[in-house]
Amino acid sequence: MSLQLKCRLERPDGAKGQNGFRLDVDLSLPGRGITAVVGPSGCGKTTLLRCVAGLEPRTAGHVLIGDKTWQDDRHFLPPHRRRAGYVFQDGALFPHLDVRGNLAYGRKRSSGKSGEIEEISTLLRLASLLDRDVSGLSGGERQRVALGRALLAGPELLLLDEPLAALDRENRLAIYPYFERIAAETGLPFLYVTHAQDEAARLADHLVLMEDGRARHHGPLAELLTSPDPGLAHGDHAGCVVFARIVGVDDEYHLARLEFPGGTLLVADPGIPEGRKIRVRIHARDVSLALEPAEGSSILNILPARVLELIPDGPSRVLVRLQVGRTIMLAAVTQRSAAALKLRPNQELFAQVKSVALL
Amino acid sequence: MFHPDDLTALGLTLKLAAVSTAVLLVLGTPLAWWLAMTRRRVRPLVDALVSLPLVLPPTVLGFYLLLFLGPDGPLGRLMTAAGGRPLAFTFTGLVIGSVIYSLPFVVQPIRDAFSSVGHRPMEAAATLGASPRDRFFSVAVPLARRGFLTAATLGFAHTLGEFGVVLMIGGNIPGKTQVLSIAIYDHVEALDYARAHVLAGTLLLISFTLLLIVNLVVRRQPGVRT
Repeated sequence: MSLQLKCRLERPDGAKGQNGFRLDVDLSLPGRGITAVVGPSGCGKTTLLRCVAGLEPRTAGHVLIGDKTWQDDRHFLPPHRRRAGYVFQDGALFPHLDVRGNLAYGRKRSSGKSGEIEEISTLLRLASLLDRDVSGLSGGERQRVALGRALLAGPELLLLDEPLAALDRENRLAIYPYFERIAAETGLPFLYVTHAQDEAARLADHLVLMEDGRARHHGPLAELLTSPDPGLAHGDHAGCVVFARIVGVDDEYHLARLEFPGGTLLVADPGIPEGRKIRVRIHARDVSLALEPAEGSSILNILPARVLELIPDGPSRVLVRLQVGRTIMLAAVTQRSAAALKLRPNQELFAQVKSVALL
Repeated sequence: MFHPDDLTALGLTLKLAAVSTAVLLVLGTPLAWWLAMTRRRVRPLVDALVSLPLVLPPTVLGFYLLLFLGPDGPLGRLMTAAGGRPLAFTFTGLVIGSVIYSLPFVVQPIRDAFSSVGHRPMEAAATLGASPRDRFFSVAVPLARRGFLTAATLGFAHTLGEFGVVLMIGGNIPGKTQVLSIAIYDHVEALDYARAHVLAGTLLLISFTLLLIVNLVVRRQPGVRT
């Protein structure tokens, strides 16, 4: 199964005297896992979701979800006949219904293959909220109810429009595991709009980068983040995501050992149980290079690496793509250092990782 | 306390108000929905037409309705041609007049309630599998219930006190088209202040009680934002 999205939509002029907006997207996306759609505000991320859901009747193009055609040149399936679960930024819960009523709304109208309210409310820890009025819910609770309501309508695809934008970091972190679990357990494809880089790095398997109404790049997360395309990895945001597993904890120094396809990393013990899979982000600016493994250094993580490519990044900087085992990392060094170390492709050296951010 | 003729007028007035309100809710709801949702250019025009009875003297409205419904008017001729009678000076004629006269009092609260519901809950309902008709009844109407309550009360209370339109198109036929406000006028003309007092007091009490109930009920409704 895959998602074929070809959407064109033109708005001649915006409501508040803005210039016209134009969406022109042609994407083929995987039929499972979380696909994050990122880009600056106004780039058309939300409009793309609305087109897929059928909420923009003037969209031209075609939308194919697996073997089902939601839209093509001749047909336009109205939104209530598409099975697209939509989680709005503010949850869009119905204020005249309580939590159970909201959950039941989609359930009643589904074809029957969706789960039961009890099952979903256990999965999303909503059981204690069922009889509550929605106006008394916290932001995080609202979004969990919105997600549960969408799931109970028996969707074939989940569309999430910055569902956590209104939450603080702590609450966002508390909700990520629900998304990850549901994506894994249901196998449903997620289209997840976000403007937060960290959120995409944490959740996404696949990334779509949008700009000016177009999908500029898309591909698997780790590949896209470390792509040699100079349009992608640059500046302070450049970095890689490493898929790791916690294999042990050093009790004396409170350090956790993370194993990843390329070696091990030592990080401050995050208090996560052993065996758990986690993602870490390593910024290019936190990776330096040395020809010899440094001795007498405070840096804990020194990994053997091979230079793949040098990507100029501004007048003084160069990004170095490195092969570290089966993982690709980025290091940001100055042009001057690159010259001093005589960096060139296939060179063997050592990557010194100064800091690692758990996602 | 009530003279039998006054009781008849009271009954007729309540019946007129009830029937008119029912007709107004049925006709006014789709109109209010359209006004709230449409982006067409004719919307301000329709809005102005609906609001016209707010500012137009009732006698002007009644005058045109009389011409329209009377034996020589377009609808009067149509009725006669179809084997019926013209609607002027009948209860049906009164209902038509009241419906037009009270239209803004019913359409505007419902329109505003629908507007404040907005597109978002409707879109959410659509993505959950609700058809347009389904989401209208399961989302828009319950969310706009406060507007409906206000509309029904205002429509009813406003029709109760109708005078000018009724006088023009209904005449003053006791037991048939004589409503309370006209009966009061007659009593005052005849200097029968005692009967006028009873009727005026009754009307005052009914109107006040209705508005009070609405205010209390609307206030107590949870989960509905103003």
